[in-house]
Amino acid sequence: MRKTIKLAEAVARIPDGASIMIGGFMAVGTPPRLIDETVRQGKKDLIIIANDTARPGVGIGKLIDAKLVSKIITSHIGTNPETQRQMLAGEIEVELVPQGTLAERIRAGGYGLGGVLTPTGTGTLVEDNKQILEIDGRAFLLEKPLKADFAYLYAKQADYIGNLAYALTSRNFNPLMAMAAQEVMAEAQDIVPVGVISPDAVMTPAVLVDHLISKERRRG
Amino acid sequence: MDEKTLIARRVALELKEGDLVNLGIGLPTLVAAFVPKDADIFFQSENGIIGMLALPEEGLETEDLTDAGGSPIGALAGAATFDSAMSFGLIRGGHLDLTVLGGLQVDQKGRLANWMIPGRMVPGMGGAMDLVSGAKRVIVAMTHTAKGKSKIVRQCALPVTSVRPVSLIVTEMAVIEPTAQGLVLRELAPGVTVAAVQQATEAELIIPEHVPDMPVVEPPPRPADCPSTQRYGCA
Repeated sequence: MRKTIKLAEAVARIPDGASIMIGGFMAVGTPPRLIDETVRQGKKDLIIIANDTARPGVGIGKLIDAKLVSKIITSHIGTNPETQRQMLAGEIEVELVPQGTLAERIRAGGYGLGGVLTPTGTGTLVEDNKQILEIDGRAFLLEKPLKADFAYLYAKQADYIGNLAYALTSRNFNPLMAMAAQEVMAEAQDIVPVGVISPDAVMTPAVLVDHLISKERRRG
Repeated sequence: MDEKTLIARRVALELKEGDLVNLGIGLPTLVAAFVPKDADIFFQSENGIIGMLALPEEGLETEDLTDAGGSPIGALAGAATFDSAMSFGLIRGGHLDLTVLGGLQVDQKGRLANWMIPGRMVPGMGGAMDLVSGAKRVIVAMTHTAKGKSKIVRQCALPVTSVRPVSLIVTEMAVIEPTAQGLVLRELAPGVTVAAVQQATEAELIIPEHVPDMPVVEPPPRPADCPSTQRYGCA
């Protein structure tokens, strides 16, 4: 089954106000073409779920610069003064989540769990309005699952049917998000024939990928 | 020796053979420069690697391999990479021997505040809350005071990172250990008196009869091609 789709067609599927999980850590593992096309099409009021907002002009920072985001659920905005400015000005809602909790909430969303119990954040501002459960004498916060309408993934390799393999530290949130979104779009550095990625090396199975962004033919 | 170098050289003594260690951004990353390169210590970075190493030379960068700050790194032979859930499973699940973090304040109960200043600086907690909740040992490496004000206080005025007490506080003046009884003054930096530490410390300190001088590691001989800005040691 072919899954390739042109970049512009893929992004055209995203309505204003959609929630999008975006892989990457300081833009490493964030799909550059999907980000640029989202800016080009000028999507509005996006709800972004991602580890961070990188820096102005870089990765998810481009969505922030273009003011396409109304809310972001993230662990860290310290490297992007523009995100902080928009937050303090009330232009963007920022929900800060401890990084390990963010990973687990996304995993819970994709794995069909009702939430996760974590000791992280107990006794801090993070526990506000959350249920606290005592398990074997230790306090845990109930953290609820996260899901999204779309996911933007970035892989090192995709095969023709959409099996994905990630490289080194660009894996980060990508395989978790592949499980947790309604419609999953994958961009790959290289698209290779089926079989090049051996079954043991597949990190995200093709059934999870709805659209594989086709390469643009290089000229010259 | 400047105060940050002194702190890093003292903290380096806390890293033990075979340890899995996570160093926070800023001052803590200096610690790696004082760890002997054959010490068999593995550095974890929360973006998904065990075995990070300074980039051996310029021109070998790959966009797929960086530290948590997004800067290019290399990797040790035997390094492993993984997704964010496993990375924090390692941290939260008790597999991480030690984390070294910077601090804004530590209080009488050993509680660290290092992730926000309400209304002024809200960077987010990143991985700090998980690290303090989950690492086997947590060392705070920070200057003793900021703008003349003590950073070791009776009670944190800033939002705490975790209610779990840290294991050790290392500053340019002293080494202080949070215990059930309170903060115990364990070591004094060269030339610093007990009275000077007490004067620079808002929190109450328990002073043992004998407080030894702070030992520090000797700077390792550095290969000529390993600039001091290299983190996580040289290949």
